[in-house]
Amino acid sequence: MARIDRPVSRRQSFWLLLAAIATCAPLTAHMPLWLSLGAGAALLWRGLLSWQGWRLPARWLLILLVVIGSLGVFLEYRSLFGRTPGIALLLIFLSLKLLELRAPRDAVVSVLLCYFLILGQFLFTQTIPTALLTGIAVIITTAALLAANDDRPTVLQQLRRTGLLLLQALPFMLLLFVLFPRIDGPLWGLPEDRRSALSGLSETMSPGSIAQLSQSDEIVFRVRFSGSTPAQSQLYWRGPVLPIMDGRTWRMAPFRHFYTTPPYPLTGKAIDYELTLEPHGKRWLFALELPATLPPESALTGDYQLLTRQIVRNRLRYTQRAIPEAVSGQEEAPDVLRESLRLPEDGNPRTRAVAQTWRQRHGNDEAAILNTAKDFFARQLLVYTLNPPLAERDPVDEFLFDSKRGFCEHFAAAFTVAMRAAGIPARVVTGYQGGEINPVDGYLVVRQYDAHAWSEVWLAGHGWIRVDPTAISAPRRIDSSITSAISADEAATLLANQRFTWLRTLRYQLDAVTNGWNQWVLGYNPQRQRDLLNQLGLNADWRNMTALLAVLCGIALLLLTVWILRQRQRPDPALVAWRRFTKRLARRGVTWQAWEGPVEFAARAAQHLPEHAKSINDTTQLYVRLRYAAHPQAADLALLKAKIAHFNP
Amino acid sequence: MPATPFRQLRRRLHERFVRWALRVPTPEPAPIILTQRRVYVLPTRPGLAFGVALITIFLGAVNYNLSLGHALVFLLAGLGIVTILHTFRNLVQLHIRPGRCEPVFAGSHASFTLLLENPRNDTRTSLRLYLPDAAPIEIDVAAQAVTAATLTLPTLRRGWLALPRITLETTWPLGLVRAWSYAAPDMRCLVYPQPAAKAPPLPWGGDTAQGSRRDGQGADDFSSLRHHQPADPPRHIAWKAVARQEQGPLLTKQFNGSTAQEVWLDWQTTPGADTEERISLLTRWLLDADATGIYWGLRLPQITLAPAQGSAHRAAGLRALALFGHGATHQVAHGVAH
Repeated sequence: MARIDRPVSRRQSFWLLLAAIATCAPLTAHMPLWLSLGAGAALLWRGLLSWQGWRLPARWLLILLVVIGSLGVFLEYRSLFGRTPGIALLLIFLSLKLLELRAPRDAVVSVLLCYFLILGQFLFTQTIPTALLTGIAVIITTAALLAANDDRPTVLQQLRRTGLLLLQALPFMLLLFVLFPRIDGPLWGLPEDRRSALSGLSETMSPGSIAQLSQSDEIVFRVRFSGSTPAQSQLYWRGPVLPIMDGRTWRMAPFRHFYTTPPYPLTGKAIDYELTLEPHGKRWLFALELPATLPPESALTGDYQLLTRQIVRNRLRYTQRAIPEAVSGQEEAPDVLRESLRLPEDGNPRTRAVAQTWRQRHGNDEAAILNTAKDFFARQLLVYTLNPPLAERDPVDEFLFDSKRGFCEHFAAAFTVAMRAAGIPARVVTGYQGGEINPVDGYLVVRQYDAHAWSEVWLAGHGWIRVDPTAISAPRRIDSSITSAISADEAATLLANQRFTWLRTLRYQLDAVTNGWNQWVLGYNPQRQRDLLNQLGLNADWRNMTALLAVLCGIALLLLTVWILRQRQRPDPALVAWRRFTKRLARRGVTWQAWEGPVEFAARAAQHLPEHAKSINDTTQLYVRLRYAAHPQAADLALLKAKIAHFNP
Repeated sequence: MPATPFRQLRRRLHERFVRWALRVPTPEPAPIILTQRRVYVLPTRPGLAFGVALITIFLGAVNYNLSLGHALVFLLAGLGIVTILHTFRNLVQLHIRPGRCEPVFAGSHASFTLLLENPRNDTRTSLRLYLPDAAPIEIDVAAQAVTAATLTLPTLRRGWLALPRITLETTWPLGLVRAWSYAAPDMRCLVYPQPAAKAPPLPWGGDTAQGSRRDGQGADDFSSLRHHQPADPPRHIAWKAVARQEQGPLLTKQFNGSTAQEVWLDWQTTPGADTEERISLLTRWLLDADATGIYWGLRLPQITLAPAQGSAHRAAGLRALALFGHGATHQVAHGVAH
């Protein structure tokens, strides 16, 4: 192979600079400031260097800068490996590589670094805007590669060529995306990166912790029901169960045993749905009460929480079946019951006293005690509010008897404490309640402001029974939504409250698009691939997929080859007209011989057909002018065509 | 370059491959059309690097479950496939015709002009042509156009110099793959002998005939003017006379040739240690005689050129000298180029 090693031209370096800017700019949001500034300075230097025609910096200087940059990355992240430090290093390499563009090889290396950094961008975000931004980066980077091979075309021509190439590559991308057998990652252990704290439910609950979530409209998960959507009051999405209480704060119990199949009888009406959980950095999954199936890689704890093996770092989709009427825990372990009765030594004396009167009144009739407790909560006229007063010493007493104002965690905590004081095992369950159907795509969207807490009490012979004390005082919270359950003043501050219909519609539409993107592009995993192919009536075996992929790619390649290689030869219109002319003459016995020039032929034809001599000579003159003159005139062509059209020997 | 056995073997294998890859007996009749059967495509070094990068990106996308990473790597893979077609298309169906090739003196560079014809409606960009072991030239061929590409080759010996097999290649548009083809156009360059650097004066001696020419036209004494004819030597144009007229034809000075000289350049009487030395000396004399404008004749063992003058005569003489003793055999250029 012969290589022509030209130095990288000014135009080429500008293209590479543009590609570097397009790839690095979106990354700066995720990089430390010093690195972004440093890379920006290097790119600026590159730009000035090309613009002013300065000399490239010495190699030792670049090596020094690489060492300093790498040291900086190490000090920043305490590692050179892992995703973020790795991308930081690539960013340094790219910005400095542009300062040593000497040979075409350097241009190729820069382009490949750009492609790597585009991948790096996806480690941070994969939203639709990111896809658009990186799409632009891919176009510019590819254009830079084109320019590295031929820098003569103008910017527009170069972009048009790039567009054509990428357009032709698109069918292959789509085929590969859909049919390339997907593998479930990770292939190797993911290095633990520091993650910014994600909002959402936590392992503990204290007064105010759930009210805080009501300020966030962040999506927690989306649900698609196979059948009709159940009533709003049935939508209890079970999350962390908190049986342990230390006076103010409720905690999860240590996990003692796990079930791989639900330990309760699965009888009753079933609800099937598919849930797409946004990454929340915890191990629990949300499920409609009570789960009848377990998602892969998950188990059910003793208090019926779904837990996965791995922390949920990526969007997770699982199909689930729920049986709302399932009866659970009829034969509960004694230690669980003991735990569900435990109260601190002292505190909340008024609540304890009331609860003990219930026990004295009803004796062992626990169902009656439960009803009395519900009545008591109803009679207290408790107010459901986002801004309850801060509790001082005995939060439950103050809520039930003094302020009478609280959010769902106050209700759940108070009811559970009261039950325990009356000698009935009870625990707090947190999770989400309700959700909002997006009319655009029919998905139920559950947001942080749907966070909720309720109680579960255990009655001998009945097992665990869900009691939502919030529903007693503020039934609208459960039947409709949080905004309808609180006062209008408070609702105005809530994101959940959308006063403008058009804004709400817009949000529905945006969310439906995002959801479609999440479900079909980002969430296109081995499972989805199998489902899709099964729907198409194909056996989703990797061998079949590969064969199908090969066949379809082959067809695409064939079509593309035909398109690209077809010869578009438009013969000279003058020649076409002339051929028609000779054909007409041939009918009169004057055949054009291969060795004859047009003039000689015309002379012979004129001799043979003296009555058409003038017409033949004129036509020939026109033809000769068109074919052989230095500057043929377009008007002659029209004239020639007209003459031949009227020529009828 | 040391000629190690390995290198020799490689060279021989490569030569065999090229002969196979040409797919036609050489030299080929014009026009040579690079059909798809004889255009080959393989990745270049940047192409291999691109492939490795793609695999790495793919592993990253799988490991971190990046759906858009999959999309990126599949798009780039598609780009890789598409660029194969484009690169192939850039070369395939190119027509090659031998063009002009002016004779040169041994020691200087022979220029072979090839006419590259692009029957397609799109420009062929960055085609590279080169001779074995030589630096490539890079040209574009516009849509439906013919472009001349000139390859040069150093000459060492007189005689015919055949154009060696040429390689045509392109890596356009992305430089990731290389399409190439071989062609052996039927083209040869006449290499005149190298004129001797130092030569004795023209051999006016015994053999030299002096006398009056029959037509009375010579080169000595001016007699009259007549209309210029294309065959007249340019130095006989009467520039002053032409300049005096407002408008008119070129005029040629006529001379009375009574004393016009003739010189015979004779192989038999030329001094020299061997054939090449004699040929070289004869070449020098021929050029000197031509430069002074006298009539000269050339007598070689098999060829005799009667005394005459002018560029055609000069070319015939040089040709005779170049091919002296060669018969019709071609000089093979392999290993001659640097």
